[in-house]
Amino acid sequence: MGTVAAHGLRKSFGKVQALDGVTLDVPDGSFFVVLGPSGAGKTTTLRAIAGLEKLDAGSVRLDGRDATGDTPAARDLAMVFQNYALYPRHTAYENIASPLRARRCPASEIATAVERISGLLHIEGLLRRRPAQLSGGEMQRVALARALVRRPRAFLMDEPLTNLDLKLRVEMRTELTRIHRSLGATFVYVTNDQVEALSMADQVAVLKEGKVQQVGTPAEVYERPANQWVAGFVGSPPISLLPCHAEGDRLVGAEGWTLPRPRWTTAEDGRPLLLGLRAEDLSVEQRGDASLSGELYGLEPLGDRTVVDVRVGTEILKVKARATVTGTPGERLLVTVDLDRAHLFDAGTGLALSEAGR
Amino acid sequence: MAVSVDEAVSTRPARDRTPLARRFGGRGRSVLEVALLTVLAVVMLFPVLWMIETSIKENRDVYAIPAKFFDFQVTLDHFKDVFVASGGGRSTLSAAFLNSVVVAGASTALATVLGVPAAWAYSRFAVKAKKDQLFFILSTRFMPPVVVVIPIFLMYRQVGLIDTKLGLILIYAAFNVPFTIWMMKGFVDEVPAEYEDAAMLDGYTRLQAFWRFTLPLLLPGIAATAVFALIFSWNEFVFAIFLTSSDSVRTAPPAIAGLIGGTTVDWGLVAAASVVFALPVLVFAYLVRKHLVAGVTLGAVRR
Repeated sequence: MGTVAAHGLRKSFGKVQALDGVTLDVPDGSFFVVLGPSGAGKTTTLRAIAGLEKLDAGSVRLDGRDATGDTPAARDLAMVFQNYALYPRHTAYENIASPLRARRCPASEIATAVERISGLLHIEGLLRRRPAQLSGGEMQRVALARALVRRPRAFLMDEPLTNLDLKLRVEMRTELTRIHRSLGATFVYVTNDQVEALSMADQVAVLKEGKVQQVGTPAEVYERPANQWVAGFVGSPPISLLPCHAEGDRLVGAEGWTLPRPRWTTAEDGRPLLLGLRAEDLSVEQRGDASLSGELYGLEPLGDRTVVDVRVGTEILKVKARATVTGTPGERLLVTVDLDRAHLFDAGTGLALSEAGR
Repeated sequence: MAVSVDEAVSTRPARDRTPLARRFGGRGRSVLEVALLTVLAVVMLFPVLWMIETSIKENRDVYAIPAKFFDFQVTLDHFKDVFVASGGGRSTLSAAFLNSVVVAGASTALATVLGVPAAWAYSRFAVKAKKDQLFFILSTRFMPPVVVVIPIFLMYRQVGLIDTKLGLILIYAAFNVPFTIWMMKGFVDEVPAEYEDAAMLDGYTRLQAFWRFTLPLLLPGIAATAVFALIFSWNEFVFAIFLTSSDSVRTAPPAIAGLIGGTTVDWGLVAAASVVFALPVLVFAYLVRKHLVAGVTLGAVRR
């Protein structure tokens, strides 16, 4: 068992409201990612679950039992810190053995457990070194081993890959997913990297300014963002948002363009809206009748693809195109829009419009 | 604090002079630098040199006029007199040195035991009005000892701490605790709190986490801080002379001062006692020389 439920977490540091009613329900065995920009309250949420942060309000339940007042030790959790927090005067072996020693396991049991986990993470050769003699990637593995050496209720991970270089990060992403699958344990994983969130998570909670914006599978968060902010935060290149309103069976842009109104749109005429268009749902090739006219603003070649920046009025649309696309800035072109995949948000509240009937 | 002030005096002229010297540029600057430092060194070190010379001179050379700088008879009798009484047995000065060791050691130990956990708490926990509390703690050091010694004397008389080593130990500890808290807080701030967080997740209690993982990392800082406290207690004069009177309690500073006065002064003995008294301070100051300026400012300024 390993369910983690946080309800109505509130915490302020001086005048800063770090957590403003955060509620999360982490099912047993899931890889649950808390995603948000820096300062969103992700780490504070994790520390509150771990018992390292005293809450102003709210409760933490572990396996259905109220653990709000429990010490970190009593909660039976393991955590990987962003800066690894390896004990500098202890060897890698002693670091990994620490959770077992703290719980007074017999020495033979500790040796077996450390051996098993260091084999799993390929760090057998590092066990006698101290943290100062380890590279960043090696420290990360040792920190991971210290968490994984035990079978706690749940594993808490605070941006464990942030301090690694890109190649190592991609490797560790795959490895963490593999470990999660083989252990079948509950992971609560905090990151500001949406790629990590989308690629590893069973469930994603998007956090902003101490409030949960949306909880769902990676696909749900990406395909049906609950509001304009989530749409803008998740996805790369970022979604393009165009001010507009509905008029009969047309969507009329603030810049004068018109598009057919998506069938599912429920907004009354004249209400200020934002049309959200992801780069992959736009095309600079002629593929349909719904199109916007603009001029080429710039090209961002990414190797396998090129992102074309198209200026429509004063707004810039990001369009994914083939790597072979060419053009000169200022050139007129038409951008085809896949309206079935477009998003509409209320310009005032930022909330996604009801998608019933879509 | 006494030593850090001494140190500040000897470094300050060098620092203040730099911009002025820079105007002369290149060689003129270095010549001026050497000249000024030489003058400074002579002025600062001459009394020390004279003290050492006097401590090893025969009595007739001590009082010789004109003074003898080089061609005097060397003797270690004065040092013998410091430790051995004229009729044999232990001298009162040696008892005073022993008292100084006991008082300085015990007050430093007490200040460290009380100050280090306090510094840890101020560094790690959200304490209400933390800045005000820390300022209040520091402010107890603002008052010159001479100002508080009379009320302390009256209080001590009421509770029977006058002319006791315990009385001196307590008052020195009271003066050293604020210093220890401030200096140690700087050192604790340097140790990431994550070590304790990780230890608590591992299954240790907060105090175990502090004891097992943070404290070992603080040991160099504790050593440096304790040396400062030790030097303060060792050098302290005002409280010692007001609060103690008997030879069995009196520490070295008032005991040495007591040698001066009366009809004749045995300057050789005074000088030898002063040399013996200064040695531990020199040794300890040498041990913590890196912290003498850097440590104090780091611990005090960084918040």
